[in-house]
Amino acid sequence: MAEKLKVATCSLAGCFGCHMSLLDIDERFLDLLELVEFDRSPIDDIKHISQPVDLGLIEGGVCNADNVHVLHEFRKMCKILVAVGECGITGGVPSMRNSFTLKQCLEESYICGAGVEFAHVPNDPELPLLLNKVRPLHHIVKIDYFLPGCPPSADAFWHFLTELIAGRDPSLPPALIRYD
Amino acid sequence: MTHTFFLDDQEIPFREGQSVLQAALSAGHYIPHLCWRPQLEPHSSCRLCTVIINGRPFSSCTQPAMKDQKVDCDTPELQALRKAVLQMIFVEGNHYCPSCEESGSCRLQAMAYHLGLQDNRFPQQFPIRERDNSHPDVNMDRDRCIRCETCVRASRDLDGKNVFGIHGRGIKSKLAVNAPSGLLKDTDVSAEDQAVALCPTGCLTVKRVGFKVPIGQRIYDKESISAMALKEFQAEEAAHG
Repeated sequence: MAEKLKVATCSLAGCFGCHMSLLDIDERFLDLLELVEFDRSPIDDIKHISQPVDLGLIEGGVCNADNVHVLHEFRKMCKILVAVGECGITGGVPSMRNSFTLKQCLEESYICGAGVEFAHVPNDPELPLLLNKVRPLHHIVKIDYFLPGCPPSADAFWHFLTELIAGRDPSLPPALIRYD
Repeated sequence: MTHTFFLDDQEIPFREGQSVLQAALSAGHYIPHLCWRPQLEPHSSCRLCTVIINGRPFSSCTQPAMKDQKVDCDTPELQALRKAVLQMIFVEGNHYCPSCEESGSCRLQAMAYHLGLQDNRFPQQFPIRERDNSHPDVNMDRDRCIRCETCVRASRDLDGKNVFGIHGRGIKSKLAVNAPSGLLKDTDVSAEDQAVALCPTGCLTVKRVGFKVPIGQRIYDKESISAMALKEFQAEEAAHG
């Protein structure tokens, strides 16, 4: 049997909806595990990519300094890097804050917002610094493929992954392209 | 005697005065288009309907059909060009499909599905644009405006009201309304206006009905924009000739 493809996944400024949709391939997940093995991923809770991998799937855009580091780690360690979902591709809903300044956003959430008690902007050094604007992944590193959807449907994931693993063009057929 | 021209090597008959796009649609052949609508004067701004006629590019919505001309439409080069134009339209605005009430009924989105757009290729511009929710029945979300001037033409030519216009130039141009306050509430626009109904995106929407039809059961969830365009054109021809 051919060696399994190594895959890493992560969610940056996303909601894990894309990962949930990947799990929605249901029993096909067992077939997928015949073809791939997961390295770093929320599925197995490995925190860092342990070795160079064949395929990286990234959900979510880039909203803070930690996201930038993780994205660079993925680009360095993944032969093929895929932006998964609306947020990874366009910034998505988190990038709706780009219409406002970061100061306005923080004040709305932690100072002046409805129901705020002990008003102060969280400043623990453990917290990654927020970027002024939320960015899609291709603003920061080269992205090889884009898998659209919010989230991409389980069938879109299945089509994309099986075609890519088989060495074919993983472009989605029109029926599987959805942005909502 | 009916004259004909050739669209992707197929013979297309046309009537005097028809544009290349009209003649193609009449004959059941789809040419992608966004700012052109059968009930309005052509605007020729979206450039999606660009075809190559006798070796030169033209927008097919304004180019008159002429005898024996050779029109290339469905070529890999033109499809790639249309994709790039559409990607530029996307990154120039703030098009958040997942949170947009127009998703599934949006022509911009349906065109992107039609052309197989899986990414925006160019850097997102994230422009800062003002919303206008002042009107009791109509929302105006400039984030979603593609400045196709459909509302400008429809309000002027179909509604007889002249409510909308484009203010400024180039990337800074924006949708403006015809009121000293600059607010939609001070115009005579109404929820029944064709200007609102024909907006191709979610820029002009009627309030309180956004989710009457659930996501997943909307026009372009069921039918492609190419099939819908042919139906709309045939209906318009049957009604007005």
